Amino acid sequence: MSTERPDPSNWRNMITRPKRGVPEGLWRRCPGCQQTIFRKEAEKRLGVCPECDYHWFVSARERINQVFDEGTFEEWDANLEPTDPLNFVDKKPYREKLKEEQERTGLRDAAVVGTGMIRARRVAFGVTDSSFIMGSMGSVVGEKLTRTVERATQQRLPLIIISGSGGGARMHEGILSLMQMAKVSAALGRFDRAGGLYISVLTNPTMGGVAASFASLGDVIFAEPRALIGFAGPRTIKATIRIELPKGFQTSEFLLEHGFIDRIVPRQNLKSEIARAIDYCEQGL
Amino acid sequence: MASNEYRLPFEQPIFELEARIEKLQRLVPQGVETRDELRRLGRELTTRKKEIYSQLRPSETVDVARHPHRPMTTDYLELTFDEFVELHGDKTFGDDRAIRTGWAKLDVFKVMVVGHQKGRNLKERNACYFGCAHPEGYRKAMDKMRLAAKFHMPVVCFIDTPGAYPGIGAEERGQAQVIATSMLEMSRLPTPIVCVVIGEGGSGGALGIGVGDRVAMLEHAYYSVISPEGCAGILWRSDAYRHQAAEALKMTSKDLPALGVIDEVIPEPLGGAHRNPHLMASRMKTFLRNQLRQLVDIPIDELLEARYQRFRRLGQFLETADGKAPEPEADGEMPAPADRPSPAAVVPSPKAKANRALGSVPH
Repeated sequence: MSTERPDPSNWRNMITRPKRGVPEGLWRRCPGCQQTIFRKEAEKRLGVCPECDYHWFVSARERINQVFDEGTFEEWDANLEPTDPLNFVDKKPYREKLKEEQERTGLRDAAVVGTGMIRARRVAFGVTDSSFIMGSMGSVVGEKLTRTVERATQQRLPLIIISGSGGGARMHEGILSLMQMAKVSAALGRFDRAGGLYISVLTNPTMGGVAASFASLGDVIFAEPRALIGFAGPRTIKATIRIELPKGFQTSEFLLEHGFIDRIVPRQNLKSEIARAIDYCEQGL
Repeated sequence: MASNEYRLPFEQPIFELEARIEKLQRLVPQGVETRDELRRLGRELTTRKKEIYSQLRPSETVDVARHPHRPMTTDYLELTFDEFVELHGDKTFGDDRAIRTGWAKLDVFKVMVVGHQKGRNLKERNACYFGCAHPEGYRKAMDKMRLAAKFHMPVVCFIDTPGAYPGIGAEERGQAQVIATSMLEMSRLPTPIVCVVIGEGGSGGALGIGVGDRVAMLEHAYYSVISPEGCAGILWRSDAYRHQAAEALKMTSKDLPALGVIDEVIPEPLGGAHRNPHLMASRMKTFLRNQLRQLVDIPIDELLEARYQRFRRLGQFLETADGKAPEPEADGEMPAPADRPSPAAVVPSPKAKANRALGSVPH
């Protein structure tokens, strides 16, 4: 199910979180502890709050810079552009929404894929950016990820996908978005059969159709601390069962406790943890 | 007629005509005029039904798909198949009543049926959460499908759910993970799979048992990424826009075949499947028989390749001619902000290996 704006576990986040993808000033308020933080200080720590270790939003581009060896990333399928297959119009036409989002984020759609070196290990890579229509998956995201999985299968590369998608399947492309879940999952099925290693990294937020497809299919699943991860949005659940949700519900820690992720990995360790996982699963060599 | 107790607003003219016909039929003795009038009304009834049902708005189609008297999985099991042997349980946690699984016979075919069940009365509806399955339901489905594949038994899936259950227990037991795994497993299950959306095709909960060689839907079923109410609530911020949302989402049998999502639309009896479950069930039988006949003869490798390609094709996007994007943002090279920390500063790297591997990179 796709919800465009899930509540983070802490309701305060909804109020204080600045619009994603908008350049900030020198200082910013941490959504985790509400303290005012010197931005450069946090950036040195890859967008992790120095006071409370809250993991801030990072864009797809920043994420690539953080994870890859400098200058090694080479983008694939940058020429894929979203269209409007349903001529979808809500309060405004989807076409306009796309244009606005593209201008605001500098991305063409919510996913960036490619290849590069992580601690000198070549990988196939995909990342979704939650600032672009909540990182939701439409045809372009589905197609880019599927091609990435297929290339990883052909070239026998380890596959890393970092998901940050609060939106799940994108409503504006209707059923075609839903079908992307099956498409990517089927490609991952083949990748799996070919013996490939897939490391899925879940970041805040990973919900709905993204959580219910590629994000949950990793051989190894990492999650950043305190990320919101789940299938149904907390608001939907609350509306259905009409009781208060337990504290920490649908966080990385909750998922770890219930056995659905392998490790919680702080952002500063992500690169080395990925490299280590690749080394453990490497055959021969 | 069973559907008398529950009336959809747009069905009103049909009910009025039916009441008039019934009244005339009760007249004894019937004169020539009465019989003429009855014939005329009978013809009018057919025309009105045709008219109303051929012009349903998408949101009205959703109402038909949710009609409480619409045939559901258990009805098809009774009316379409010769026998049904229910198999329970996911062998991990429980037996989800929202998904029924078991062996069934259809003519010469022995098949595994997997279908959502919404429940007929309140008691049954509560037991199966109105057709919203929990993770154990999808695990059960996977377990039975694996069994079917082991003995080369085709799988028939009936999809009829508003969506997978949104609840605490469902999240604790991994709703997202089971739906993902179920799609992956179905995409490579070495036996024919036929899926039919018989009522509501609600989002991931539907797709969780919806990856097959053939995906069909009934004429007045719907299949959507989100319910029209959910979509209206998010994009319009009000449920009142469900009509617009249903329209915008292109979720009915009129639009879905063109998008490649649905292979075949099974026509419903005049006035909807709920008016004649027997006829619906027999059409279902014809459809399944035809599909199974075609599918069982296809070698498994070809079948799986075709199934993969069937879903691989879905989606629409533009691909500009050259691989490099015109905008600098989308170019292959990363624009490096000056204040970005060097990745190497964070964790020490194994240098020797790094250099060796870097040397082999073509760039």
